[in-house]
Amino acid sequence: MSTVASTAPRRAWSFRQPSVIPGFGLTLGFTLTYFSLIILIPLIALAVRSAGLGPEGFWKAATDARVLGSLRVSFVTALIAAGVNVVFGTLIAWVLVRYRFPGRRIFDAIIDLPFALPTAVAGIALTAIYAPNGTVGSLFAPLGWRIAYTPAGIVIAMIFIGLPFVVRTIQPILEEVSHEVEEASATLGANRFQTIIHVIFPSLMPAILTGFALAFARAVGEYGSIIFIAGNIPFVSEIAPLLIYIRLQEFNYVGATVIATVMLLISFALLLAINLIQAWSRRRYGYGN
Amino acid sequence: MEVRVQNVRKEFDRFPALHDVSLDIRSGELIALLGPSGSGKTTLLRLIAGLETPTAGKVFFGDTDASEKTVQERNIGFVFQHYALFRHMTILENISFGLKVRPRSSRPPAGEIRRRAMELLDLVQLSGLEKRYPNQLSGGQRQRVALARALAIEPAVLLLDEPFGALDAQVRRELRKWLREIHDRTGHTTVFVTHDQEEALELSDRLCVMSQGKIEQVGTPDSVYDHPTSPFVFGFIGESSELPVTVENNELWVGGRAIGVPAGDAQPGEARLFFRPHDVELVEHDASLAGVVSTNRRVGGTRRVELEIGGAGHLVEVDLPFDHPAGEKTRLAFRPRRWKLFPAV
Repeated sequence: MSTVASTAPRRAWSFRQPSVIPGFGLTLGFTLTYFSLIILIPLIALAVRSAGLGPEGFWKAATDARVLGSLRVSFVTALIAAGVNVVFGTLIAWVLVRYRFPGRRIFDAIIDLPFALPTAVAGIALTAIYAPNGTVGSLFAPLGWRIAYTPAGIVIAMIFIGLPFVVRTIQPILEEVSHEVEEASATLGANRFQTIIHVIFPSLMPAILTGFALAFARAVGEYGSIIFIAGNIPFVSEIAPLLIYIRLQEFNYVGATVIATVMLLISFALLLAINLIQAWSRRRYGYGN
Repeated sequence: MEVRVQNVRKEFDRFPALHDVSLDIRSGELIALLGPSGSGKTTLLRLIAGLETPTAGKVFFGDTDASEKTVQERNIGFVFQHYALFRHMTILENISFGLKVRPRSSRPPAGEIRRRAMELLDLVQLSGLEKRYPNQLSGGQRQRVALARALAIEPAVLLLDEPFGALDAQVRRELRKWLREIHDRTGHTTVFVTHDQEEALELSDRLCVMSQGKIEQVGTPDSVYDHPTSPFVFGFIGESSELPVTVENNELWVGGRAIGVPAGDAQPGEARLFFRPHDVELVEHDASLAGVVSTNRRVGGTRRVELEIGGAGHLVEVDLPFDHPAGEKTRLAFRPRRWKLFPAV
């Protein structure tokens, strides 16, 4: 048999591995073209445009005090909002998956509304409610807490638009966590709290990270709803996307692209880190296979 | 520990899963709950565990009423069909989980927990795998980890829900033998659920055969096999052939012919004859059951012949040694060596 093997022509190395699933060339080609047109080319143009300033000019524009201030406001509020969303989004997903109550389906459908609502509408509605004379804002006003027109308002708007991402990523995973594992934990003597902390929570971790990443990314990029509620005071409640818009109105296109590039780099680094943690935990615990 | 199930009834949404079931489980025995799916065997096991609450009735562990206790308080070891291991924990962490979650007052020191877990790992023959994660193990290995995890809390009763159901035949047989050895060594009162009668016959001290939410028969494997008390048990445990017969003049008749089987004390009239396909003798001239061979298959060391008896086309199965000359014939006459008569339905 060895003679047969040795006379068989040696297959040249191929980018494409033999597979029974057809259409590799077509689908990969389409994917790359699409990806380039929609995402890659605009991003590269952004980088090229901002690179026009040269390293020193770029650095100077990027470290301008107002730019740094707006970036800080954007990323800090987005991280807080994503954190809050993870806690309450997990809770909501839990309630939706675990309990049966009247109106559950309606509640479930409402979760998606922030996806569909024009963000400006959301911003105006939230501002009206959380302003010192609004329904909710008036409750906090006597305590001296102002929500609208402060970073707290930004966080609220970001929580609003980011919530569905967390709920929708955790929900299917929670549905999959088998009751048997919880029962096993109970038979071993673990109380409810121990079961949640040691058994359920770790198995939701990858989904929670994904939800966090999505909610965070959405919050960082959000513009429409925030500008109504933020008050937009430079260094305090001015978000980076708004500063980009201001630069554009000043016809300072390069300045705008610099802020955009810096935002892009920071977001990319954070999302990459979250994805790596997630991939690691998936590999280790064997989830998703 | 003895377990007593007393007049337990369980309904799911008004649908009865168990009707008034009572069962005494002796201390240290290995008892199998055997039945087809939907017979209520898993429900009974989960009621003993406390994973379900009975609609009515009580469960006693020794002399204490366990019905009032939560799962956590019952101190039982439960092994699930699909292992239910904690995927994010190593094998060692899985096994020591039950000890680690104990309140501080009854929790052994960390070193002791580790020592006990390693001992159990050795007992289930998985030494050296303590740092692995469950998804790095085979199905058989995972189930052994699950058993070690259940044993770690020194349970009063060990409950296994179709423990080998998800494994392939080879591994099942191995684990079966091995579970028996573990039981003999540790002496836990063990209840296991299975739908595999061979598994139940081979493994258990006693069988509890269930059907449609009721216990049909409880006894040693031999007594249940040799003396089934109902047509269901006869049909469910071991191979069986069934034939409608008529009882007359203290003899059994099929299609107007006496078949040479005495009726004992059966009432005259219609009846159902049950016998084991391998428990027959071929006869040449005497009164017998005669039939036309309709199929003839060799299964390993035996030849299984399906016979059409009488004009009504009743099919029965008969086993012959695979090299028996009668296997070539187109007509066979036989008499069951042991049989059982049940009233006609």
